[in-house]
Amino acid sequence: MRYYAYYPGCSMEATGAPVEKAIKAIAKPLDIELMELEDWTCCGSSPFSGVDKVKAMAITARVLAQAEKTGLDLVTPCSSCYTILHEANELMKDDHKLAWQVHEALTSVGLNYNGTVKVRHIVEVIYNDVGVEALAAKVKRPMTGLKVACYHGCQQVRPEYGYDDREYPDWLDRISKALGAEPVNYPLKARCCGSSLVISETDMALDLIHKLLENAADNGAQAIVSTTCPLCHTALDAYQSAVNGKYKSHFNLPVLAVPQIIAVALGLDFKQAALDGNIVSPRKLLSPYFNGRTADSDAPAQKAAAG
Amino acid sequence: METKLKPSFLDEVASVPACGKINECVQCGVCSGSCTTAAHWEHPPRKIIAMVRAGMKDEVLNSSSIWYCVSCYLCTARCPRDIKPANIMHALEAIALNEGYKPPTKTTTMYRSFARSIEQNGRIYEFGFMLEYFLKTNPFAALRMLPMAFSLLTHKRMPLLPKAVKGRHQLNQMFHNITTGGSR
Repeated sequence: MRYYAYYPGCSMEATGAPVEKAIKAIAKPLDIELMELEDWTCCGSSPFSGVDKVKAMAITARVLAQAEKTGLDLVTPCSSCYTILHEANELMKDDHKLAWQVHEALTSVGLNYNGTVKVRHIVEVIYNDVGVEALAAKVKRPMTGLKVACYHGCQQVRPEYGYDDREYPDWLDRISKALGAEPVNYPLKARCCGSSLVISETDMALDLIHKLLENAADNGAQAIVSTTCPLCHTALDAYQSAVNGKYKSHFNLPVLAVPQIIAVALGLDFKQAALDGNIVSPRKLLSPYFNGRTADSDAPAQKAAAG
Repeated sequence: METKLKPSFLDEVASVPACGKINECVQCGVCSGSCTTAAHWEHPPRKIIAMVRAGMKDEVLNSSSIWYCVSCYLCTARCPRDIKPANIMHALEAIALNEGYKPPTKTTTMYRSFARSIEQNGRIYEFGFMLEYFLKTNPFAALRMLPMAFSLLTHKRMPLLPKAVKGRHQLNQMFHNITTGGSR
């Protein structure tokens, strides 16, 4: 069992709820224990940097200070949290004035941060710590024949973390392959979905989301496997009907967050994988996999026979 | 008689964390060429940087351009001089807000609602923050969001009540400490 300090981020309590539920569901089968920080607060994300950078870094540092007490690596599934936590960590090493201001602010509430926390993205943890071979060995329900476009998004790989390629990453492709699925070529896999401005610049964001959906469909994908970022998942899933409305398109591409497709492959049922939380329902697309020999609670006939 | 020099606009930007390398920009234009939303910018990122260095403060801060940055960091990943254009855009946004500029964009209101949500609850309360934003800008624009909001609601992805956490008191204390210049 591997232990991590866990910071879900605000969106996981709302729009990201299905992603969060799926993460919790696969943690145990993957032998990872995610210990949620107590009384965590918002990381500030990018909008707060556009309001006040020092304050933004201070609230990010509160999360880091809490995580440091645990002595564990800090894992987050939200790419926006990942970027800003990572940035605060790096900036405070280089910018002594900022480090001092943040230190003073933390001290005023009885906290301290020494800069020792390692910030990690949950996809990176699954890829590097669990490993694709170990993941493949746990597969009970191979996703054979499922053509997927693997959407990594922007902040999971940028600005710079030193893990995957910053413009054409392939973590999710390798993970999907390990589950038996078939990743298609997806040139826009690390382009932005625009969700940070989807509220105020809706048309601009819909245009970006449209391009991502179109590129996935044009390359023959039956579904998108998305990173765990709740903003990416919501943009592609919840805004898909708005894109169809604006562009007179007919996309019906289920967006499976990577823990959701892992959950299915590990043999969990539709609800455990939180697929009922997806707005573009993957029920029809995935029914052949659930109706295979490993299907359990999703096959009412079997249940009735057993009962 | 001693005269205290006012810091230049360039100094003001360069003093923001992560923006110190703005002087090293060679104006190659990779940032503008890479920018996901460049089509919407009146002055694309390379030009904004040139304008900052030329001291064109009002032109930069009265423009909506910088507010189109979606923080995708393609510019930052590709910049050959490591000057972090995305961070510079956010620094400019903060200067514009703090100095009372009124660029023609609704993102200023969205950012303020976002920050207020953090101050009030300690965490982002998505429904409340969007509601505040739409009430302050154009309530009719919210109508367009209704079908999506409804489907999020029925899929249990849009809690209607905030979840204020205790940590918000610490955040506000920290903000106070920064605003008042700490214990010095």
